[in-house]
Amino acid sequence: MKLTVNGQPAQFDVDPEMPLLWALRDVLGLMGTKFGCGIAQCGACTVMVDGMPRRSCVTPVGSLEDASITTIEGLAVGDRPHPVQQAWIDEQVPQCGYCQAGQIMSAVALLEENPEPSEEEIARAMTGNYCRCGTYPAIRAAILRASGQETGPPAANASERTIDRG
Amino acid sequence: MGKLGTITRRTLLVGTAAIGAGVAFVAWRVNQPLENPFRGNPDSGDTALNPFVLIAEDGTVTIVVPRAEMGQGVTTTLAALVAEELDVGLSDIAVIHGPASSAYYNAALITSAMPVEPWDDGMMADGFRQFAGIVGKVMGMQLTGGSTSTRDAFDRMRIAGACARETLKATAAEVWNVDRSTLQTRNGSVIDPSGPRSVRYAELASAAALREPITDIEPRDPSEWTILGRSQHRVDVPAKVRGAPIFGVDMAFDEMLYGTVAMGPLPGVKAKKADRNAALAIPGVRAVVPLSSVYGEGFGVIADNTWTAFKAREALAIEWESEESYGETELNAAFDEAFDAGGGDVHRDDGDVDSIFSEAAEDDILAADYAVPLLAHATMEPMNATARLKDGKLDIWCGNQAPTLVRRFCAEGLGLDEEDCRVHTMMLGGGFGRRAEFDFALYAAQMAERTDGIPVKVTWCREEDTRHDLYRPPARARCRARLDGDGAIAALDMQLASPSILGSLMGRMGMSAFGQDATMSEGAGNQPYRLENFRVSTPEIDLPLNVGFWRSVGNSNNAFFMECFLDEIARSADRDPLELRLSLLDGFEPAKAVLRKVGEMANWQGGSVGPNRAQGLAFCFSFNTSVAQIVEVSRDDDERISIDKVWCAADCGLVLDPAIVRAQLSGGIVFGLSSAMMQEITLKDGAVEQGNFDTYPMMRYHQCPSIEVSLSRRQTFMGGVGEPGTPPAAPALANAVAALTGERVRTLPLNKAVTFA
Repeated sequence: MKLTVNGQPAQFDVDPEMPLLWALRDVLGLMGTKFGCGIAQCGACTVMVDGMPRRSCVTPVGSLEDASITTIEGLAVGDRPHPVQQAWIDEQVPQCGYCQAGQIMSAVALLEENPEPSEEEIARAMTGNYCRCGTYPAIRAAILRASGQETGPPAANASERTIDRG
Repeated sequence: MGKLGTITRRTLLVGTAAIGAGVAFVAWRVNQPLENPFRGNPDSGDTALNPFVLIAEDGTVTIVVPRAEMGQGVTTTLAALVAEELDVGLSDIAVIHGPASSAYYNAALITSAMPVEPWDDGMMADGFRQFAGIVGKVMGMQLTGGSTSTRDAFDRMRIAGACARETLKATAAEVWNVDRSTLQTRNGSVIDPSGPRSVRYAELASAAALREPITDIEPRDPSEWTILGRSQHRVDVPAKVRGAPIFGVDMAFDEMLYGTVAMGPLPGVKAKKADRNAALAIPGVRAVVPLSSVYGEGFGVIADNTWTAFKAREALAIEWESEESYGETELNAAFDEAFDAGGGDVHRDDGDVDSIFSEAAEDDILAADYAVPLLAHATMEPMNATARLKDGKLDIWCGNQAPTLVRRFCAEGLGLDEEDCRVHTMMLGGGFGRRAEFDFALYAAQMAERTDGIPVKVTWCREEDTRHDLYRPPARARCRARLDGDGAIAALDMQLASPSILGSLMGRMGMSAFGQDATMSEGAGNQPYRLENFRVSTPEIDLPLNVGFWRSVGNSNNAFFMECFLDEIARSADRDPLELRLSLLDGFEPAKAVLRKVGEMANWQGGSVGPNRAQGLAFCFSFNTSVAQIVEVSRDDDERISIDKVWCAADCGLVLDPAIVRAQLSGGIVFGLSSAMMQEITLKDGAVEQGNFDTYPMMRYHQCPSIEVSLSRRQTFMGGVGEPGTPPAAPALANAVAALTGERVRTLPLNKAVTFA
């Protein structure tokens, strides 16, 4: 198998039926892409294949000869987070964090395609990504921020103003 | 009055003594812990000042957070408790989970199991709570659960920080030959303003560790706080956004093996037939090993990668020898039998319920039965653990909520001493109570016996995870109320039938249950509602599968029963549901305040909002926190219901990190709404029917309402925040749906009766 992962050539010899998810995790040692369901229901395994979001848990690696894969590990440039990752930090999105690599990859794919998505377009793009901790409102805020549609103070920092001390 | 006076004097003595002992105890347990897990660690150049603070030779300050980070922000808030006293910035320190150690026992959790109502702030209650702290130390339980982490840590981690600070100051004072009280601390240094001169903590640490620690120190007054009480950037967020390998499932070694498990459908059910040869014939499959535990019987598969292990699991094509035909019919019969037999523990018995009902005309009695299903936790990270057994020592890497239990049962399972078992707690990809068990770790340990010292990472597939949970119990309620002519509740009687979580848990731990199981009535019997005649009893049913702690535990079902039935009472008596609750909460102002607040936020008008739009209200006091919520729903032309908005007003007393508290309450609401909308685990032919997310779904992005959280601070005691957001969500939604459609749905999930968009 020969493909490009995060800009680097990767060559390995596995059963072509093996899903990309497990090739990334167990063969290449890239742990950012997560296993959630194995049937493309939860989106935790989302990566970009030639610029399009894909559920790596149901994508046989044999179908990807010479493809270019981007995983969560490939977003930052050196120490500088990708703008979507930065928006995730600004809005303090993660709780347990397990689904967030998949969420971020779906958001990156959305914004590359559509830099200023409407609320409805965001919902359509993100509805395939489960979050058991219920961070959806924070994800919404982060995508609006990353797309320049929200420029006020991040929700996480604004919140101490409103404790009612009785 | 005479009797009341006597009780007050006697309990004052208990309380004062206990509080006095408690302060000394806090200092003692910090400075002379049962064991200091870092003392004498040969492969560490670190100096351990006490079990919570480490200062490395390079000056790195590491704070040990002995509770599991599962998204609730505990690594941030607990570290902040120490950092506040130690005068170090949160961005300048490292935070680790630390090893399993009895020094990190959870006193607050055991307190919550005591026979004291949390809203009772009398002296007797304080005495019980202090006693529970001592019991906790003896049992050495290190557990993350019960929304207790912050409450448990509040004093002792601040004192740990203060003690470390003063001991460092004393060390510097000796070197400089000045009085300790003249010294200051800032940014990781001790400063002598008279010099002026300063010295880094790192340079003082090794000398400080040899000193008798300074213990006569009180934590700072909140007015001096610079970190606590303000929203911090969470210490775990950068790694989570980067996709760093921090979860149990990310554990990796240069040389390692991978595995998965295939366990029987019910505890005790063994395999009749398994095609081991078919599994072993798959290239890359190394071994198929039998597994056995109190949780169940089955097989582990060891292979060169996880996907191959999953394929081999399928190839085993196991037939189980179960003659169990347990299903929904049997479950229904068990509940019917329990209600017919009556009885069960009586958790609340105010006034004389029986005589009030015996004198009632039939028209004055309102009766309703409710039902909720079994629920799975569905953590996004499936159960997993990595184990290595080498030279008689077992190492376990996993996300877990109870490292001391993992250590004890894995050591016992392999016939090792506990000292030969080390538990490394990784970040948890969701816990919600599921990872307070030890099955996933034990199976990995049993499989590591077959890998010649090579670590094996054992990951469950989603179907295995869903079908081998420790489920939220199924529960049903038989409720009746007698209403007075003026709409007042003359008597309320609630029978709450369910299996006992405590009984199931104690069985797994090899212990016998004792006393009442408070989780069977919490959310109903322990609510601050005052009714003259009020009884809550809990008939128990048997179930052939394990039940366990599911975010908010008994509150998740009992608040649904209580708050829906109160809504029905209000409608029947033509009273406003909010006004009715206020009238029942006389004497507990924080609860009334959150109800009034949420009513203001939502512009509450009794539930109706206009055509095809309605609101529902619910309240629950759980884990010491008062929470009121209003859910607004609407209906489109195709009769599909959307949840548009949730308002939440909460009072958990002192708020240490407002953003984290809001995030927890908001997440708890989504968790509760998911269950109310669409989740159920059902049994058929002795097995769980649901497997993956296609049959056990959760709320998706487009279904999530906008959520507004308001915090107030009238409570004089601290409450938890990880769980209290969940209980009111389901009844508030059900009440909103009833207001919208005019039809009351008394069985969850609601999507069996209505359609959600």
